[in-house]
Amino acid sequence: MDLASILLGGLAAGMVLFVVSVGLSVTMGLMGFVNLAHGGFAMLGGYAVVLAMRHWGLPFSAALAFGFAAIAALSVLLERTLYARLYRASELDQVLFTIGLVFVMIASVTLAVGPESQRVELPAWLDGQTDLGFLRYRSYSLALIAAGTLLMLALWLGFERTRTGAKIRAAVDNRRMAESLGVDVGRLFTLTFALGSGLAAVGGGLGAEILGLDPQYPLRYLAYFLIVVAVGGLGRVTGVFCAALLIGVLDFTLKIYFPKGGTMFIYMLTLGFLLARPQGLFGKRGT
Amino acid sequence: MNTKTTLTLAFTAASLIAAGAQAQTVKIGVVLPYTGVGAEFGQQVDRGIQMFLKLNPTAFGGHKVELVKRDSKNPSGAEAKTAVQELIAQDKVDLLTGFIYSPDAIASAPLVSAAKKPMVVMNAGTAWITNLSPMISRVSFSMWHSGHAMGEAAAKLLKAKTAVVGYSDFPPGKDSLDAFMRGFEAHGGKVVDAIPMGGPGQVPDFTPFFQRAKDRKPDVFFVFVPAGDHAVSVVKTYAALGMRQAGIKLIGPGDITQDFKLQAMGDDAVGLITMHHYNADLDNAANRRLVAAWRQEYGANAVPDFMGVQGYDGMAAIAHAVTALKGSMDPDKVQAALKGWKYADSPRGPISIDPATRDIVMNEYLSELVKKDGRLYQKNIGVITAVKDMCKELKQGKCAN
Amino acid sequence: MSSAAMHELAMRHRLQWWEALPWAAGLAAFFLFPNYLAFGTQVLVTILFALSLDLVLGYAGIVTLGHAAFFGAGAYAVGMLAAHAGWNEPLSGLVAAALVAGLLGLVSGWILLRTHGLTLLMLTLCTMALLEQAANMFSGWTGGFDGMPGLSFTPILGLFEFDVLYFRTQYLYALAALLLGFAVVRVLVYSPFGRSLTGIRENLLRMHAVGAPVRARQVLVYAISAALAGVAGAVFVQATGYVNLAVLGLERAAGVLIILILGGYGRLYGAFVGALVYMLLEHTLSKAYPTAWQLGLGLTLMLVALFARNGIFGLGDALRRRWSAR
Repeated sequence: MDLASILLGGLAAGMVLFVVSVGLSVTMGLMGFVNLAHGGFAMLGGYAVVLAMRHWGLPFSAALAFGFAAIAALSVLLERTLYARLYRASELDQVLFTIGLVFVMIASVTLAVGPESQRVELPAWLDGQTDLGFLRYRSYSLALIAAGTLLMLALWLGFERTRTGAKIRAAVDNRRMAESLGVDVGRLFTLTFALGSGLAAVGGGLGAEILGLDPQYPLRYLAYFLIVVAVGGLGRVTGVFCAALLIGVLDFTLKIYFPKGGTMFIYMLTLGFLLARPQGLFGKRGT
Repeated sequence: MNTKTTLTLAFTAASLIAAGAQAQTVKIGVVLPYTGVGAEFGQQVDRGIQMFLKLNPTAFGGHKVELVKRDSKNPSGAEAKTAVQELIAQDKVDLLTGFIYSPDAIASAPLVSAAKKPMVVMNAGTAWITNLSPMISRVSFSMWHSGHAMGEAAAKLLKAKTAVVGYSDFPPGKDSLDAFMRGFEAHGGKVVDAIPMGGPGQVPDFTPFFQRAKDRKPDVFFVFVPAGDHAVSVVKTYAALGMRQAGIKLIGPGDITQDFKLQAMGDDAVGLITMHHYNADLDNAANRRLVAAWRQEYGANAVPDFMGVQGYDGMAAIAHAVTALKGSMDPDKVQAALKGWKYADSPRGPISIDPATRDIVMNEYLSELVKKDGRLYQKNIGVITAVKDMCKELKQGKCAN
Repeated sequence: MSSAAMHELAMRHRLQWWEALPWAAGLAAFFLFPNYLAFGTQVLVTILFALSLDLVLGYAGIVTLGHAAFFGAGAYAVGMLAAHAGWNEPLSGLVAAALVAGLLGLVSGWILLRTHGLTLLMLTLCTMALLEQAANMFSGWTGGFDGMPGLSFTPILGLFEFDVLYFRTQYLYALAALLLGFAVVRVLVYSPFGRSLTGIRENLLRMHAVGAPVRARQVLVYAISAALAGVAGAVFVQATGYVNLAVLGLERAAGVLIILILGGYGRLYGAFVGALVYMLLEHTLSKAYPTAWQLGLGLTLMLVALFARNGIFGLGDALRRRWSAR
């Protein structure tokens, strides 16, 4: 298999990881909150997309937008009523809470929709293959790569070039200092939480072709999301981007040449990398 | 708070044996994953059980049947074992059934041996399970049923000379590989590459594995993945890589065309050839009746699949034992009644239980997916009748014990 | 021993009278619930496992998502010895399991405990996942996904046979193992070594400043905890006669973490309370509502997290404070 195909395949898979994990990285970096229910928001988003398409006949893109909005709204509700109470709690209490929340999410979806996995109907323009000139490749994968890159640029611009972005970065680096400078950290939390969860929702819907969509989704991929965040470095969008792509490409390549031990290599590489560089790709030392 | 689900059969007044139908209640423990990763399969088997009871109210000869349902939760076997222990010790069931995952059945074997409780396996497909205890009989399948038959059919009917096998890297996958290879090479074919494609847990991106298979240019690409999401992804990847245009036929056991996911596969799946003991399009009276009743009960888009039929047939087997023994479920007599049991009215055609191995003997149907009236439809292109589990027949590996 | 000496011993280790209660309850359960001893054995094994986790989490402040690596190491050690080497004497099997798991803990602790926080969490997870993958790869040795069924063990001390159907022997065996493990943990926690651990947990900088061998202590307690987890895994396999990949899975590792947090970490008995409450709740709910029990369980976890600091024990503390403040 030629290099271009391998690269594209890996990048596509990595993009899905990026879209879902970026929210987790920012909320963990910004709020120091261990939100293990993050995958649950991705799942709920995927279901929102599927149900919107099925029952309201929304086209794919509109359904994705709906998913973003719906889950962002839900996350704001949860954040204000429940999460906010636990900001001062120990990390382990946060773990307990979010795991409980995941159980509730899984059970609710199972009871409301059923345990079967759901399929996302891709629109015609995403189906099949696209001719790139030097290569024909799966349209859906190419769309993922494009979407992920655009998102990355948008987020980067948002964080680096806007005032809100600057405030968020400041709060990630030194919350107390930011507060003393008059930054309303509480509102920032809500904003970033909503953004992160909304993005996870989009990732859930967009990535359903690759990662699937069923009630077990949040727990099945939790380890992957956490690895991406750890390798990328907390709170760094560029970090998550690079980590996700790296892991996506490596995973993909290894599976072709070493199908027997594929997943093992990811864990070994992560192990080696984090031992050599505990703060992740772009994290701060001493995090 | 209900601790048991009770299903009471209605006595059909006139047609029953008038005198002394001493209706004893038969307690059946049903161990299925009602939550967790196997929940959708547990649901199918459970529905199959309910459908049998609904469509055959007199099958139990007037004896009351009480189903005690327990959630086996995850495929580790530990929960199933605890559930079985309590069903035997506390609930004092007469019989156990269910068991989707092989570890669940494997873990429970010593218990049913020690307690002498008949166990009718409704899914778990590892071939040597029936060897673990004389109390175990199976109405579902072993991977060798479909795998070996497919290998034979690929060589004889599809005239393939070379094959690549892609399989999920866990025992059913390896069984499927071994079975196919045995059947295929026994009839003149050659397996040129065997590609493990990740574990059963997550749905991996199959693109790298399929690309590797495509590069080998085989006549057929035999794929085994667990029933469920993997199958849909398989079909999509096959289409996305243009493998059909490259002249590679996609074949596999019917696990990859599980009926309730079939329509979701879309047009990419047309041309897929599978071998299985059941699909919802089988044309016999019993199946037509089942499919119609299923749709009525569970919705127009609901459809039975091989797991549903296994639940159905499992109850048929148990009903046979109950009526033959008039409700007094002595374990040795139950096993005797089940051995050699023949059932012509199964939705999958005639089935029986092999007295030597207590495993199922059934037809394997070769089908091709076609598009008919706007939906995907399994067209029957061949059948191998009365297929036994070849692993035990040929005493392969662990089946030799 | 004279009563004065006994009193002195009890005071030194701060033994309270009510500490006999859990063991009395455990024995009482044996007589009161003879049909549920399989479940009971699972609870006891989980308590021992949670206790081992408490040693590192509650007392040394090391958060790990990979503790099932040691549970699994002990489990497979016993399983493979029985299946491949014909070594099925249970008590020596426990010792072997403890050694294997402890060694694994020593090595991995020495390598991993340089890091902390999310990084350490992920590293422990990766280590465990690697072991799981390895067990799957070498399925000829481990039985892979289907595992190794039909493991049999000789009677304990030549007298007590393993009871396949009612789990009577297994239950008492697990209870004894738990008592032993608990004794080890308790002595450790109240010893000077244990004090230094608390110091490390509470104020790392100061411990460094006073020249305490921080890293060495952490690795040591990690190894001891690993050995204990290995014993729990070994008891599990000996009791059920079956081992498969699930002993190394994330589900087991995350499950024991949740149980410990629920009960209250750093509280010695948190493991007992957490395991009992969680498993009983799960067991009864799933019997009553086979499809919906996760909802109830999830809500319970959320409520405890929201209203209690440090789990059920924390809840008890808060209530006790309210009571005495009246």
